Amino acid sequence: MTVKFKIQGRTYEGTEGESLLGAIRRYGYEVPSLCYHEAVSPYGACRLCLVEVQKGKRRKLTTSCNYPVMEGIEVFLDTEKVVKHRKMVFQLHLAAAPAAKNLKELAAEYGVTSTPFQPADEKNECILCGLCNRVCDEVVEANAISFAGRGTSKRMESPYDETAETCIGCGACVYVCPTDCIGMQEEKNIRTIVRWHRDLPMQTCKTCGRPFAPTFQLNEFAKRVNLDRSRFENCPDCR
Amino acid sequence: MTARIQTAADLKTYRQKLTAGRDPQKKTISVCAGTGCCAYGSTKLAAAFEQALGERKLQDQVQLRLTGCHGFCEQGPLVVIHPEGTFYRRVKPEDAGEIIDQTVQKGEIIERLLYQDVEGQSYRKEAEVPFYKNQMRVLLAHNGMIDPTTIDDYIAVGGYASLSKVLSGMKPEEVCTLIKKSGLRGRGGGGFPAGVKWESCRAAKSEDGVRYVICNADEGDPGAFMDRSLMEGNPHSVIEGMIIGAFAIGHPGKPEGYVYIRHEYPLAVERLGIALEQAREMGLLGKNILGSGLDFDIKINRGGGAFVCGESTALMASIEGQVGEPRAKHIHTVEAGLYDKPTNLNNVETWANVPLIIDRGIEWFTSIGTGDVSKNPWGGSKGTKIFALVGKVNNTGLVEVPMGATLRHIIYEIGGGIPGGKKFKAVQTGGPSGGCLPESMLDLEVDFDKLTEVGSMMGSGGMIVMDESTCMVDVARYFINFLAEESCGKCVTCREGLRQLGIIIERICAGEGREEDIQLLSDLSQTVAEASLCALGQTAPNPLLSTLKYFREEYEEHVKLKKCRAKVCKALIKFTVIEENCTGCLLCKKKCPSGAISGEKKEVHKIDQSKCIQCGVCHDVCKFNAIRVE
Repeated sequence: MTVKFKIQGRTYEGTEGESLLGAIRRYGYEVPSLCYHEAVSPYGACRLCLVEVQKGKRRKLTTSCNYPVMEGIEVFLDTEKVVKHRKMVFQLHLAAAPAAKNLKELAAEYGVTSTPFQPADEKNECILCGLCNRVCDEVVEANAISFAGRGTSKRMESPYDETAETCIGCGACVYVCPTDCIGMQEEKNIRTIVRWHRDLPMQTCKTCGRPFAPTFQLNEFAKRVNLDRSRFENCPDCR
Repeated sequence: MTARIQTAADLKTYRQKLTAGRDPQKKTISVCAGTGCCAYGSTKLAAAFEQALGERKLQDQVQLRLTGCHGFCEQGPLVVIHPEGTFYRRVKPEDAGEIIDQTVQKGEIIERLLYQDVEGQSYRKEAEVPFYKNQMRVLLAHNGMIDPTTIDDYIAVGGYASLSKVLSGMKPEEVCTLIKKSGLRGRGGGGFPAGVKWESCRAAKSEDGVRYVICNADEGDPGAFMDRSLMEGNPHSVIEGMIIGAFAIGHPGKPEGYVYIRHEYPLAVERLGIALEQAREMGLLGKNILGSGLDFDIKINRGGGAFVCGESTALMASIEGQVGEPRAKHIHTVEAGLYDKPTNLNNVETWANVPLIIDRGIEWFTSIGTGDVSKNPWGGSKGTKIFALVGKVNNTGLVEVPMGATLRHIIYEIGGGIPGGKKFKAVQTGGPSGGCLPESMLDLEVDFDKLTEVGSMMGSGGMIVMDESTCMVDVARYFINFLAEESCGKCVTCREGLRQLGIIIERICAGEGREEDIQLLSDLSQTVAEASLCALGQTAPNPLLSTLKYFREEYEEHVKLKKCRAKVCKALIKFTVIEENCTGCLLCKKKCPSGAISGEKKEVHKIDQSKCIQCGVCHDVCKFNAIRVE
């Protein structure tokens, strides 16, 4: 259902229930975020896409990624409150993931270049946004990784931090990771997803002889679409 | 156990039969078998009574009854002799025979087993003991009377009559309206009007008619045990409330029930399981309950020990087998909760209130408590509230008072004041995320709104009393660290925010606080409170914000003067020998675990500060008051 709502005082249209952050960006406004991706469900972990939403008489600070677009709401970006808390959130991220380069750049865009907080592991780049996990579950449907632990010991891991047995080596997690901290390498016909300890031999194209995808991944695809395995022996270029 | 009860009339006949066969004047020995008293050995005590009755061939004349928690846990094991109501505490198995011979048979009192207050006055009857006398025990009224493992005991005192009343003469919508008009608000801490929630859940669309009715029994606040005692002592009251709720919310349709209970509550799980089984056998759960056409059953789901799973959306994720993480509630759980179906979740104590309200009526319920709910269910706080009164207070235990009772009434008249002649300093209400209120707030009338106004909260009803020997910075440190550990870690403000608050406050307690730290604590607390995803993060800074507000001078002393006035923070205290008092007895030197004390016999001793670990043993063992703490 199409509904009308306001951003910064101007009226826009959206679909009821869609992500507010998605709608805000569609209309050209900038709101930072690290854990949002339009291909997967919103999660609300990075707390950077803060906005103020007025709904009826109530006005509140909320993340916009997981806020559903509704008829009649009014959205305010960059209010004093938003700016103040977003700065603090950036500072927390900078302390939690001191080695995350992309994070530093984004924070700098919003004028945050240092943090008053004590950094955690100096080498840490992961901000625990869970995008890798969501893309793996919701898009790839391989369910290869998940969060482990709780609170300050929470981490993203392959099961028991050993080889992720169901990982098909597609690299979707590597692609969506906002801080580039998963790592994918190809060497001697082996594709490695570094963080999930997954080494997968590549299949070479029957026609051109080029390694083009992990054999395990092609086996999985053949099973899923119920086609003969022989249909997966050529690379996309030679098909 | 008898045949299934199929109609409201069956239930009435069954109750009449039960009460006719019971002599209210029969001598009964009630032994508390709540978790607290069991830990004190009440299981052995009950066995001793059983044996002693057998030896005297009195099994038929005297009834031995194991009941749920009586509430005065600190004095356990507790025994009450009925019908007189004679109250004995700290009863040992060897006392069993004497109690039967003297009190049960001759009506004589055994003085040494009576409760004595701090002034030394003894009390014979349970109802006279100030701890009980000053309470208003409505929900807990039957805890000391019934055997929780016997459904007949509950039915005999009027149990399931409310259910029968609802099923035989009310429409589901009427029940929702009645609960709304009663002003019953969620006892789990949120204080949301239960009737409003029920109505919304009933109105929400469910394609297949399934609506979930959940009891939140994941009571995780340190030191709180209200819900546990209700489930252990009177499980059927919770079950009855839930069946009434299922009818009001989901009938006609397919209501389904869950109790999400902590796995750390084995006795509550066991007793609730027995109660559910008995209710099923009687036909009070299952198909076509009391001939009304209502089909409803309840499953027990045990929690795995995560504090955050007490948050409703995390709890539902946990039941589904997902990681116990909360989600944003922009779409309410009454619309899409467990398995995306309309779901109504209430706390144990909320459910237990329901049969009482149906039975005694709105007028009775609204006559207790604060405010006016006749036009607005948020207009006040009605009914009673159970608190777990613990900490530096003479009488610790479970306390039920009308909403609006003052903190002073609870702490002094029921709790008997602060032990050891020490001075009251603060009381924390609402569990780990509650605020610490100072002495000037003792006359505050405790209800949902007043507590929130002063920066604390009702929470589920924990109440921790602190005296002058408590360091408020240390208290905030403890709770922030507890919550940092129990945060699910999903959102950065809670996970990282609490960790950083912990780092800063640890530094202050260690004497390394910086000038800017107090402001940083305050600013970061604001962000954690306002920008976190769920109620755990949003309320987590309460202990910090409230101590910063009411006890700011203690923070300043820690940071600027490197002083801890309560002498708790080890890095800020120093032990020295008072030369004129020291007799050179060698005791402290012998006991010091770090070898920091030197000195020969009959010579003044000396403490080497570089070796001292501030354990305080020297101070505790010195008979001559010769150790100074500063």
